[in-house]
Amino acid sequence: MSETSLAITKFSDLANPTRFLALAARILPWMAAFTALCFVVGLYLSFTTEGDYQQGETVRIMYIHVPAAWLSMMGYTIMSLSAIGTLVWRHPLADVSAKAAAPLGAAFTLIALVTGSLWGKPMWGTWWVWDARLTSVFILFLMYLGLIALNRAIDEPSKAARVSAVLILVGFVNIPIIKFSVDWWNTLHQSASVLRLDGPAIDPEFLRPLLVMAVAFTALFFTLHITAMRNEIWRRRVAAQRRMAARLASREG
Amino acid sequence: MTHAFYVYGSYGFAALVTVAVTLWTWADGRARRKELAALEASGIRRRSARAKDGE
Repeated sequence: MSETSLAITKFSDLANPTRFLALAARILPWMAAFTALCFVVGLYLSFTTEGDYQQGETVRIMYIHVPAAWLSMMGYTIMSLSAIGTLVWRHPLADVSAKAAAPLGAAFTLIALVTGSLWGKPMWGTWWVWDARLTSVFILFLMYLGLIALNRAIDEPSKAARVSAVLILVGFVNIPIIKFSVDWWNTLHQSASVLRLDGPAIDPEFLRPLLVMAVAFTALFFTLHITAMRNEIWRRRVAAQRRMAARLASREG
Repeated sequence: MTHAFYVYGSYGFAALVTVAVTLWTWADGRARRKELAALEASGIRRRSARAKDGE
């Protein structure tokens, strides 16, 4: 075969880890710059817009709580899609993607839980209640931790990938539960106010910083995800080359 | 600002976590790059890289 070009012409070309690394090197600086820019604008808007007539200044907590909560679910959805890639196509990058997304998802879920709690104390009068939304997100956080631990507990990479993928897909049942918990059960947590069939139910004054911060957080997630995937590919190459070196040494010895 | 503790506490915690995750990801990449460079320096290369060099 004479095709040695690293040009990416179709999505499936990304299946080649070397092509993925070339693409990552090219786009990561731009993604990092875009993320930083969005955060500058988002944080400026977060602290210069008006407070809410009822929530007062605590409405500003929403500008980080809502994007973090959205990413906690998006992170798990990315892991689930990757798990399908692992189980159906045995795609080498799919497992790399799932493994890289888990700590990021856990971090954003933790931010959502803690900022929600810091908002709940002054507004609800309590740090925590075991209502359906809060409990299901807490379970999501535990699932992230469990998946990270499981993946690291199995030494053989292909077995770790398959076992993790099955568990990720089983755990996906929690995502619609989180999303619709506020509709299905009577929760202290309010129901959806941005993604609604009849349009957002919040004032543009609050919607603007919220959307910019959501873009900033999402850009941060993807920047970190691609970086972590690149790191994982490198980690596997180091392991493979060390094995090869050990084989060569034992053959010579 | 009313409720300053809760607002700044939230932003402070979010900043702490995101900065920690970013630094950890960056440090991990640096460490892996160093390992690959060390392997390369000791003459161990990927098969594809060796083929390109005509070894």
